[in-house]
Amino acid sequence: MTTKPSIVVGVDVGGTFTDLFFYDEASGALATRKVPSTRGDQSIGFLDGIAAGGHPFANLAAIVHGTTVGTNALLERKGARTGIITTSGFADVLEMRRRDRRQTWGLWGEFIPVVPRDLRLEVAERTLADGTIRAAVDPDEVKRVARMLRERGAESVAVVFINSYANAANERAALAALREVWPNDYLTASSEILPEIREFERTSTTALNAYLQPVVASYFAALDKRLRERGSKGQLLIVQSNGGVMSVATATRLPVRTALSGPAAGVIAAAHIANTAGFPNIITGDMGGTSFDVALIAGGRSVLAAQTTIDFGLVVRTPMIEITTIGAGGGSVAGIDRGGLLQVGPESAGSDPGPACYGKGDRPTVTDANLVLGRINADRPIGGKLQRLDAAAAKAAIDAAVGRPLKLDTYAAAEAILRIANSHMAGAIRLVSIERGHDPKRFSLMPFGGAGGLHAGSLIKAVGLASALVPRFPGVTSALGCVIADMRHDYVHTVNRALDDLDVGALGASIADVERDGRVLLGDSGVALEGIETEIELDMSYIGQTHTVATSLPADTVRNLTGLSIRQAFEAAYRRAFGRLLEGIAIRVLTLRVAVIGKRPKLDLARLRPAGGSLAEAQTGERQVWFEGQPHTTRIYDRLTLPVAAEIPGPAILEQPDATTWIDPELVAQVDGFGNVILRRKS
Amino acid sequence: MIDPVTLAVLKGRLEQIADEMDATLFRTAFNPIIAEAHDASHGLYDAVTGDTLVQGKSGLPIFVGVMAFAVRATIERASHGELADGDVFIFNDPYDGGTHLSDFKLVRPYFHDGRLFCWLASVGHWHDVGGNVPGNYNPVASESFQEGVHIPPVKLVSAGQINNDIVDILKCNSRQPTSLYGDLNGQINALDLGAKRLGELLGEYGAETVAVALAELRAMAARLMRAHIRDLPDGTYSAEDFLDNDGIADQPLKIALDLTIEGDRMVMDFSRSAPPCAGPVNIAKSTAIASCYVALKHVFREVPANAGCLEPVRFVIPESSILAARAPKPVGGYTETILRVIDVVFQALARAAPERVNGCAYGTINALSLAGYRRDGRRWVMFSFFGGGLGGNPESDGLNHGNAPISTATIPPVEILEAAYPVMFTRWALRPDSGGAGRHRGGLGAIYELELLEEQADVFLFGERGRFAPAGVVGGQPGALNRFFYPQAGEIRSPPMASKMVGLSLARGQRVRLETPGGGGYGDPRERSPEAVRRDVRLGYVTRDAARRDYGSDVG
Repeated sequence: MTTKPSIVVGVDVGGTFTDLFFYDEASGALATRKVPSTRGDQSIGFLDGIAAGGHPFANLAAIVHGTTVGTNALLERKGARTGIITTSGFADVLEMRRRDRRQTWGLWGEFIPVVPRDLRLEVAERTLADGTIRAAVDPDEVKRVARMLRERGAESVAVVFINSYANAANERAALAALREVWPNDYLTASSEILPEIREFERTSTTALNAYLQPVVASYFAALDKRLRERGSKGQLLIVQSNGGVMSVATATRLPVRTALSGPAAGVIAAAHIANTAGFPNIITGDMGGTSFDVALIAGGRSVLAAQTTIDFGLVVRTPMIEITTIGAGGGSVAGIDRGGLLQVGPESAGSDPGPACYGKGDRPTVTDANLVLGRINADRPIGGKLQRLDAAAAKAAIDAAVGRPLKLDTYAAAEAILRIANSHMAGAIRLVSIERGHDPKRFSLMPFGGAGGLHAGSLIKAVGLASALVPRFPGVTSALGCVIADMRHDYVHTVNRALDDLDVGALGASIADVERDGRVLLGDSGVALEGIETEIELDMSYIGQTHTVATSLPADTVRNLTGLSIRQAFEAAYRRAFGRLLEGIAIRVLTLRVAVIGKRPKLDLARLRPAGGSLAEAQTGERQVWFEGQPHTTRIYDRLTLPVAAEIPGPAILEQPDATTWIDPELVAQVDGFGNVILRRKS
Repeated sequence: MIDPVTLAVLKGRLEQIADEMDATLFRTAFNPIIAEAHDASHGLYDAVTGDTLVQGKSGLPIFVGVMAFAVRATIERASHGELADGDVFIFNDPYDGGTHLSDFKLVRPYFHDGRLFCWLASVGHWHDVGGNVPGNYNPVASESFQEGVHIPPVKLVSAGQINNDIVDILKCNSRQPTSLYGDLNGQINALDLGAKRLGELLGEYGAETVAVALAELRAMAARLMRAHIRDLPDGTYSAEDFLDNDGIADQPLKIALDLTIEGDRMVMDFSRSAPPCAGPVNIAKSTAIASCYVALKHVFREVPANAGCLEPVRFVIPESSILAARAPKPVGGYTETILRVIDVVFQALARAAPERVNGCAYGTINALSLAGYRRDGRRWVMFSFFGGGLGGNPESDGLNHGNAPISTATIPPVEILEAAYPVMFTRWALRPDSGGAGRHRGGLGAIYELELLEEQADVFLFGERGRFAPAGVVGGQPGALNRFFYPQAGEIRSPPMASKMVGLSLARGQRVRLETPGGGGYGDPRERSPEAVRRDVRLGYVTRDAARRDYGSDVG
């Protein structure tokens, strides 16, 4: 092979499909693929998908992966059996939380921690708040406790000592002792994960990291090995919840940062596509086989949260893109509950057995309803594994599970299934928009995932959104996001000093240290970068306040950091946030946050622009599609050959290998200069 | 009429305004009771009646009901003088305004096109407002003058001009003047922000449309509450519970409710309750009504939080009751009494609708304060509330270590407390055997133990449930009693008044320990699955002996 490897491939593995986006850095060429996910061992579908792209593995420059392995392990509680070793007296911190409850109103519900009480063991050690070691840790006791955890079946261990943010010596000593006796590398110390004050948040994040580590690490290792066996010399990179990517080595050490990996990649792509197309305010709706993920992008920026609650009490404190997930997807199962009500989801048929029309299962899903109504083409199934979809099986399943119990014909039953699914999704969109004070009229929906375009019309009408923007390749948006996401490493460190007592020189030195670490990590990754940016923030407050204001320090001031420049930056940030400053009260620096960002080359979305063609040439046929109880004769178009500026009044269906878009009779669609399709109500 | 989509949008926007006011105060407050425990609330109130229009979702639930009374008191005061845009009233009177002296209410008229459109209000629990006891939970107060400084509704800000004389008077009456100043500023910031956001909203949709939406939201709450009441079988359902004592005389105090359902109306009659007491567990009538509102909202969750909720409910609370105190009867421990009111509402409703109600929660706020001087002479006051178990419920066991039904407060982290005060916690753990037995067990309470790192400190505790445990429902057993231990004269003791303690002197290296109640159980313990009992024993939630005693289980 004489050519330099030039293919960057983004791979997003969902519950049903594995999506791929290929970008040739040398020629600028783009291509997509979609293959079925393989349950049990996702790496099989992963490699099949890359092979389907037709490039030799040796040509891969980078493989960027958005994964739901971590997310699913958390949601389904399928992480490793994990132990916690903690300070004497504090074994229950994980279970006691911050003494919260599930909801403001209503006192029901319990909490089952990921680490059960008999796997949370204590050792006699104590560090005080000022960092003084009151009692050193005894390595022999740590080893004794580790043996107990081992006997009780623990595979990984989290070490969390009180006040370790102020002095990590005892944690480090315990970790060293553990390494001598523990049979694997699945050991996490809280001071390595999150050296930040607040023991519950630190404990939860550390415990979840340990809980995920065996599952995620073995998956990444297997994947990396198989890629190399096939001849790949490219770097395997993993998308983090913050929308940046990291190396496999980092991801293996910090799997908790992948908690929202797949969805984050989609939001990154959506923001880029929408901004380019002139839609700075969008709500993304990623509809896959099992879930519907919603995120809001206002003014072109996605919202980053300092911490996220995956489920009640499962707190992960690392920066993440704010994403709301509900259990509604193409595979969501429909049925009648004991009260006689039609329910759709959250249970999913996944990819195995999959919807009834896949020929393996007999329970109807949202996909079956779309098929029966004529909105999906039975002869052109998405993903390419099946030759055709079994419409008769879909009809039979809908009749048996929904039609006969509710005394509805097949079409009415199918429409009822979609109505329920749409109302769940509309609720999720309202939650992130209306309920947070955003007017839906100012926002457009960007549906993606293979099925998003089938529901976009109903959703914009139900929520009152201005329009929908269906991207060129809706079925592989997260995979596209993998290709364009920047490398990113976040660091956090508790400082907890009054500004007047702060050694500014030392702070500047530690920023430089962290920046250097970040640059080394970026350099080691071997990824082509256009440049490196550093974002520096200090969490600051007036002394006495417990909450802080994120104060960003302009990169050029960091080299000449002074107490005065820090004070001025804080006062500006405080005034912006709250209006008035507090006179005569000293200022405290609680936390240092540094993000080191490696800018990756952006692919040119104009390359997606369709060339030539005409509406007539793009039409592939006609079929009957049911809508509001009536069959409508509907034109079918090949989405990818529609010309720029084409206007398509509903009813119409746009087909492409990775997705289908349904334009109902009340809507009209238009193709923009980047190949996106904009849906609006007919005026 | 207003179209349903606009109504839904405006509901979200209005709640967002209140939520943002909450968030502003939480983020700028100095004292952890507001910043970490969220003991504060914000909302919008009717221009004429002061009725609650919209309330934030993150503030303290009990304030949801009480703030309407606070705004009403301000309206009464404002009627004697000029009212201008940019005015802010401040007060902490608990008899008209509800709750206790620690809660400072700031109330601001909001004008639109020169007319009063509504009131914005902010309430927050200040760290220290004078009185005999640092942190103001004085368990032996016999008059409100011993509980703190008492401020009637006065104008703190006149048309945007702050009256610093009032700020100086307030600061000079607190052991924690800086904290007070910071919290006060945070509340003013929150009101400023609310006014700004409301202005944007009215500009966008028009005052008329917003007013219609507010009326419709209220009507919706009333309709929903009526529908819920109609679903309950007609009849009278009674329940009684007791406070340990009033901190002065060691006599139990009865809280009794006769709850009558008649079609879509409900009567809550508290006539059989104890008369006013000498100590600080009296509450004002406004506070009593607000606590019933909290209990009903916990059972009928989806009814919107506004004045419409209480339209179908009539209250009978005689003037001669512990639940209708007048000045200067002490009310500092109001939290304990309202928790008991909520407990009797749950117990009475459990008789009408066993499938809708949970066992009682741990039922005491456990206000613990430690106060002393640092080596450099600075005064320090650590003051916090502690958690316990929630009741077993029709769906599951009760939550371990939850917050009280009147609150959504989170507990400050150990590390924040240790960084701020000279204490070291030696235990922060679940308390085995504290959850009431039942088909669904009550959640566990907690054990907190801490050691003093400075030379000397005074310790104060205001708690309850030391003599009367949180009740189970539908055959469930009560949770464990509250317990407090301290060293004195070479032995470990508990307070003579069970859970109330004044001015205990603690020396460096000495420890105090608080053990809080679990929740009451739900359903007959004999119906609990043996599997669940075995798990409880394996994980140490229930000891082997208790399992044998409560469940008759042979747990091997």
